[in-house]
Amino acid sequence: MSLADGVRGDLKLTGLHKRYPNGFVAVQSLDLVIPQGSFFALLGPSGCGKTTTLRMVAGLEDVTKGSIHIGDQEITHAKPYKRPVNTVFQNYALFPHLTIAENVSFGPKRRGIKDPKDSVKEILALTELTEQASKKPTQLSGGQQQRVALARALINRPDVLLLDEPLGALDLKLRRAMQVELKRIQEEVGLTFVHVTHDQEEAMTMADTVAVMNEGRIEQLGAPYELYTNPHTTFVANFLGRTNLIKGTVVGREGSGADEVVKVDMYGTVASIKASRVHTDAKEGWIGIRPEKVLIQPEGTSIDAPGASLPGAVVTDVSYIGVSTDYTIRMPWGQEITCFEQNTGRRGGLIPVGTKVDVSWRPEFAFLLDSAQDAEAGIVEED
Amino acid sequence: MIVRLGNWIGKHLMLTLGIMVLIYMYIPNMIVALMSFNDSSESRNLYQFQSFTWDNWLNPCAPQGMCEALEVSISIGLLSTLVATTIGTLAAFALVRHRFEGRATMNLMLFLPMATPEIVMGSSLLALFVAAGFGGQLGFWTILIAHIMFNISFVVVTVRSRLAGLDSNLEKAASDLYANEWQTFWRVTFPLVFPGILSAALLAFSLSFDDFIITNLNSGTTVTFPMFVWGAAQRAIPMQVNVIGTLMFVIALTVVISGEVMSRRRAKGKAAAF
Amino acid sequence: MEALQRVFGKNSAYWLIGPAAVWLAVFFAFPMLSLLSTSLSDPSGSPIYGYTMTWELQNYVEAVGDYWPYMVRSLWYAGIATLLCLILGYTLAYAIAFKAGRWKNVMLVLVVAPFFTSFLVRTLSWKLILADNGWLVESLKWLHVLGEDGRLLATPFAVIMGLTYNFLPFMILPLYTSLEKIDPRLNEAAADLYSTPWQRFTKVIWPLSLPGVVGGTLLTFIPASGDYINSDLLGNPNTQMVGNKIQTLFTDASDYPHAAALSVILMVLIVGMVLFYVRRAGTEDLL
Repeated sequence: MSLADGVRGDLKLTGLHKRYPNGFVAVQSLDLVIPQGSFFALLGPSGCGKTTTLRMVAGLEDVTKGSIHIGDQEITHAKPYKRPVNTVFQNYALFPHLTIAENVSFGPKRRGIKDPKDSVKEILALTELTEQASKKPTQLSGGQQQRVALARALINRPDVLLLDEPLGALDLKLRRAMQVELKRIQEEVGLTFVHVTHDQEEAMTMADTVAVMNEGRIEQLGAPYELYTNPHTTFVANFLGRTNLIKGTVVGREGSGADEVVKVDMYGTVASIKASRVHTDAKEGWIGIRPEKVLIQPEGTSIDAPGASLPGAVVTDVSYIGVSTDYTIRMPWGQEITCFEQNTGRRGGLIPVGTKVDVSWRPEFAFLLDSAQDAEAGIVEED
Repeated sequence: MIVRLGNWIGKHLMLTLGIMVLIYMYIPNMIVALMSFNDSSESRNLYQFQSFTWDNWLNPCAPQGMCEALEVSISIGLLSTLVATTIGTLAAFALVRHRFEGRATMNLMLFLPMATPEIVMGSSLLALFVAAGFGGQLGFWTILIAHIMFNISFVVVTVRSRLAGLDSNLEKAASDLYANEWQTFWRVTFPLVFPGILSAALLAFSLSFDDFIITNLNSGTTVTFPMFVWGAAQRAIPMQVNVIGTLMFVIALTVVISGEVMSRRRAKGKAAAF
Repeated sequence: MEALQRVFGKNSAYWLIGPAAVWLAVFFAFPMLSLLSTSLSDPSGSPIYGYTMTWELQNYVEAVGDYWPYMVRSLWYAGIATLLCLILGYTLAYAIAFKAGRWKNVMLVLVVAPFFTSFLVRTLSWKLILADNGWLVESLKWLHVLGEDGRLLATPFAVIMGLTYNFLPFMILPLYTSLEKIDPRLNEAAADLYSTPWQRFTKVIWPLSLPGVVGGTLLTFIPASGDYINSDLLGNPNTQMVGNKIQTLFTDASDYPHAAALSVILMVLIVGMVLFYVRRAGTEDLL
């Protein structure tokens, strides 16, 4: 089944700016094109402007400057009920006085469709709510309510479907299940989904393209793999997963074209970083390496990596997760870094605290960031 | 049995005390119901039960002027409820949904009638009517004006609290789902606020029906039911007054309880289908 | 377009508030001013030919001089009745909010239901209960709580009891609204943190229910202090309250200026006490 028939277009935000009467600038001249049919995620911490952006697209918030287009049609100042856009609200906003079927047929009826029975049936089947049709919202579980909110928006076949933290009210297990479910429905109906969330895992699981927002701006935009493996700022590096940042000084360049590498001195050891992964022109920089890319081996045994090897580190903390083990390692210059090791069983046990280890990683995994940026930016407490 | 009751009371001390307060509140209603069967024709002492009779229930309108007074009270009650609920609901919407100049003054003007003793409100209205030269025309219309006046505040307070508790996202969701302002109001806002409007109307009716102090000052020669009771109490109170009192109580309680039972049954039926 | 909408939006607020504002201005605010002016008028006029406003402050002096005992008695009776209402009402509201379980709604309906029997009829039935030869007086005499010629009807006790009875629901409803909002887990948390039941009440439940306490006492005290029905039906000439006096001055004596002065004094006293009380309780935002 495809709801995405007829002529539609990309969602285009041009210089979109939001300034509240109290002077707070929530969104700073945002330029963004979201291709038709894509699953797009706006990811960021609370207060980064992602929800404000979404509400401006929905028409629930006035636009201070800039414009919003869908294809060639401008909708910047159109009333919410005049735009081909629907929203799945954060706490669902289901009408408590109407049944599920009445909630779902609310939109079609307002658009003059006298008897939307068939499409209601179809959409309730798609969202597995057929049994619930004559109940009231309060009689449903959280996951079911979430699906009603989705069905109520989807039935209108909007050009763009906006999802405002749609899974925020669900518990972890249900959230995982709904992530898969949402992705399935999006692929089935082929509509443009714009998904706002602060949960990086959720964004990366579902979206084709993720825009990381911070302080009203987009820090970086790209496919989840690209964002994770090659972050451009310390904020993105820290907000998406964890990262080790080590001070380094650029000492030279080698090669050219795709093979060009930048040589960086790191407390006496020189590391090579691909030029495409270097995001600063300064002499100083942060060398970034993801914890799961860090390899360790007790001193004296050979390390299974071709890259630079740093001797003289000590294990200071070990936490066993089951599928993997987190090691905290003190480097010779005193900084502690993290290493995640898959428990493949090859090691045949854990490395005890106090063991002297060699540290290494494959050079193509490292990246170099601007040292003027805060090494702590974007770090979130685990929830 | 008594031991079990004792145990229950020990376990539920607060509930027991609460029920005792409730019983205290019901002593007069029980007396009123009892006295509605009192045969008072034999004795001059009207505050003691003499002998049982159905007569009062069979001829409720026997005392001269009582049912006419009841009619006046019901008409004034219905009219003042209609007007006050309409005006008050509009005002509640303005106060919750709009920021306008004079809002604080309006809030004060709505609060003051509730903080003013009835005797002061009633006498001030009387002073006004007399000063305006309507001293000779006191009656149905002046009572109605007064009742609408004191009901407005109570309606506004009741509807406002319901409206303020309304999740504004629901209206946004409606407008996101292609409902214009008018449709949003009638399809979402109004049905959700309606219970508040209904309880405001019930409150307004009972306040109007029961009012004596303000009414008495502004009634001229018109007699409402409470005024009839008051007048009768100075002489010999007819037992039919108790019939009316009991009847009103039973009717109201039946309506409320059957409404509650119906909504419970509906919820249960739906839960069974679950 | 937007500007047009803004103007329209503003106007629509005035259209909505207009009827209520006009009604209250003409039939509440204006009469209060008219009352004030009457209270300062020459008492030699008459209700039929009208009064002339002469800044007759003497009316106030005379009103206070002649009627201050009634004023004091009104505030005193109303105060005791309010306190009794608070004790009884808190007990019942607490029981409904925390202990009634599935009977919550039924009990709430029962609190309001007596309203549907006219309050005059109900008050009159107290006359029967408290009557000199009634079973209550007889049994109290037998228990020697009352003396040989002791009585309940036509005493201050009967008046205060009547006031308590009549205004109790106005105390219960705001109290219940406040108590119902309190999360029962707070009580458990306090218990977990070494509080005795009494401490749990004084340190957690009571402070959180203060808005209801303030609302309830105002809704009880204000009408009780202006009431004259209970004193008239259940009391004697020595239990007359200021309401009785205002009423007789207006209707029987047709002495509007003195009656108006007395009304204004009562109003000022009440507003003053309310403001003081609300300040003390720290709940100004209730107003």
